[in-house]
Amino acid sequence: MDRYITAPYDDKTAKELHSGDYVYITGTIYTARDAAHKRMYEALERGEALPIDINHNVIYYMGPSPAREGRPIGSAGPTTASRMDKYAPSLLDLGLKGMIGKGKRSDSVRQAIIRNGAVYFAAVGGAGALLSKSIISSEVIAYDDLGTEAIRKLQVKDFPVIVVIDSEGNNLYETAIEKYKED
Amino acid sequence: MKSIKVEEIIKNVKEMCIEANHYLTDDMKDALRESAKAEKALLGKQILCQLEDNLKIASEDMIPICQDTGMAVIFMEVGQDVHIEGGLLTDAINEGVKQGYKEGFLRKSVVGDPILRENTKDNTPAVIHYDIVEGDQIKITVAPKGFGSENMSRVFMLKPADGIEGVKDAILTAVKEAGPNACPPMVVGVGIGGTFEKCAFLAKKALTRPINQRSSISYVCEMEKELLDKINKTGIGPGGLGGSTTALAVNINTYPTHIAGLPVAVNICCHVNRHCVRIL
Repeated sequence: MDRYITAPYDDKTAKELHSGDYVYITGTIYTARDAAHKRMYEALERGEALPIDINHNVIYYMGPSPAREGRPIGSAGPTTASRMDKYAPSLLDLGLKGMIGKGKRSDSVRQAIIRNGAVYFAAVGGAGALLSKSIISSEVIAYDDLGTEAIRKLQVKDFPVIVVIDSEGNNLYETAIEKYKED
Repeated sequence: MKSIKVEEIIKNVKEMCIEANHYLTDDMKDALRESAKAEKALLGKQILCQLEDNLKIASEDMIPICQDTGMAVIFMEVGQDVHIEGGLLTDAINEGVKQGYKEGFLRKSVVGDPILRENTKDNTPAVIHYDIVEGDQIKITVAPKGFGSENMSRVFMLKPADGIEGVKDAILTAVKEAGPNACPPMVVGVGIGGTFEKCAFLAKKALTRPINQRSSISYVCEMEKELLDKINKTGIGPGGLGGSTTALAVNINTYPTHIAGLPVAVNICCHVNRHCVRIL
């Protein structure tokens, strides 16, 4: 079913989202991909604070192309989530409530999603021009030196995603393939 | 002997990097449109329609089709009667890539060393494949390659006894493992034969063939059709979220090989199968 939610969101909202739901997100989300995750993970290992408060927040695995003049952002579609699998459980245990990416997740990520009542969403891979239209503003707030991989704070309006793994661990990638598999 | 100035190479490569990242070829656009009509899954159909909208927005607003504007893969077919004037051809190609990625607001996704991983900040160097051919022209193919699908590509060193069935299994294995990670609907480039590196090259080159054009070798043509049908029955679907459109085409290239081997490479490309061709 179609759902409209605001980010950041609480545990109750996370639990109401089910694998297969089409969700439009409005509010604030953060971007981080490979290099930013590595840095955040290393900061946590050293006992340091993260550059963003991730509690109840959503991270979008995305590194945009440069913005043309007058636009908030360039092309802005999801990157492959599995590369963040090593780092995601620690962030989920700190209260991260949602991740937007594309592609399969490891079992340890799925377990961390269930343990913390979070959600893994997919945005449509390769639709970066279309998705950029739902981003109202973008501001680099940490790791500026990483260029496209810096952490950005995005304001989004009706950003379209699909719930892949819900807070109970149901996984659309597994169930949908079974449904449409022939012979 | 014909002379081509390096400035001409630079200008063309620059324009081609920008063009390839904003416009798909007609064969790709047609295939996406047809697949949206034929898709059985509702969500799958919705995703395919979004991909069509995405192409429209990309070309009208000059926003790259995908934020991963790729590593620039460039095939150069250089006529042996051409003289390059004013500098090194390789330098000219890289200069064109540098200018194209800067002026086209394309993402710089290349790191200078695979382990140290510092971004070169201009998307160079390109991966350039040279072929010396007959004549006095240069055919340039610019094919920016995204890494969501590149990472799911495989090389299989099969045994001759594995035969055609072994090859089909290898291709299906690669596609199933790729699943949602490779941003389906995919285009599957396959190289069969040659050596370890030759089959990978053949697979990459196969991705630049129009997807509505089948192999001229009859058994290969049959294989392309049969594999496309099987891939579309896996259920993976658009975005990997279920459906009957998992691939738009399977393009296979072959080459002679050794008596002891049957190398197979599967180079998977997402639905943003970009390439741009010019002849100078």
